[in-house]
Amino acid sequence: MTLNFGQASRRLMYVLCLLGTIGFVGFASAVFVEERLDDPVKEERVRDIAEGIRCLVCQNQSILDSNAGLARDLRAIVRERILAGDTDDQVQNYLVSRYGDWVLLNPPFKMRTLVLWLSPMLVLLFGGFLVVRFLRRKSAAPTENSVSRPLTDAEKKTFDQLMAEDDGERGRS
Amino acid sequence: MKLSFMAPVITFAGIAGVMFYALFYLDPKEIPSELLDKKSPVFALEAVPGYGENLSSENLKEGKITLLNVFASWCVACLAEHPTLMELSRQGKIDIYGLNYKDTPDAAAKWLRRNGSPYARTGMDLKGRVGIDFGVYGVPETFIMGPDGTILDKIIGPITEKDLKNRILPRIDGGEG
Repeated sequence: MTLNFGQASRRLMYVLCLLGTIGFVGFASAVFVEERLDDPVKEERVRDIAEGIRCLVCQNQSILDSNAGLARDLRAIVRERILAGDTDDQVQNYLVSRYGDWVLLNPPFKMRTLVLWLSPMLVLLFGGFLVVRFLRRKSAAPTENSVSRPLTDAEKKTFDQLMAEDDGERGRS
Repeated sequence: MKLSFMAPVITFAGIAGVMFYALFYLDPKEIPSELLDKKSPVFALEAVPGYGENLSSENLKEGKITLLNVFASWCVACLAEHPTLMELSRQGKIDIYGLNYKDTPDAAAKWLRRNGSPYARTGMDLKGRVGIDFGVYGVPETFIMGPDGTILDKIIGPITEKDLKNRILPRIDGGEG
């Protein structure tokens, strides 16, 4: 009886956890939309743009998935500009001229961001260079030392002696 | 040989150094204004009922340095800088204009009645559009406007003693002399 009850409650817990997880994920991906444009193509453009605009209050969220007041205002502006017939670039420029490149979640490629864009490439090249050098040195090292010169007579004698001893021991056992 | 042994330690120390600096000396909340050295956006707003005259971009280029302070009755941090603004306005060295950001006329008037008004002019930015034109992303923010309506500097957050001494007063005294 108690066992059955335990099993049932465990199953219930499992289901609740699952539901909770699904609910949470659903909530996390919710898009804050207070109004949408009638034209679905334009609305799609609005969301594409909004997804690339940083919310200045909650820094690493886009204005599309932030519920901050400023994000809501900026979304309204994006809708308004699109309705007014602006191109995507014009809408972005409108926001950049007020808040700077910082509002773009993808930093543009220009002189000031050269280091930002190129440093991963440089680090990769430098790392590759180090790896190649390391591997070369490793494979070159044994040949240098071992086959550099033949054994001297004294060394050969010692070697033969050791080999003979080894054979003798092995034969005995 | 010894140096290459130290390389990871030196690298780590370097990274730690940068992070230490960023942790204590950089503020990620302070985004440099895009509008510095540019002209004020054009706007015209009605005053908070009973508090000063209407405010427009024309008032920002009347040949003297002015402060444009963004405030709201719902803004707690504004209370922190309020005494500083009151003191500045009492000294009469500089005109302070208040941009009332996303507020209601009633709430703004009530707030000014309770705390006193340092503003020569006020403008109600009910929808926050003028604020967005100015690149405002939080309240309070204070713009130091040049005689011709150029944005000279922007103080993000409450005006501190340091801001007053280093950024506002030198401009005022420089403008007089």
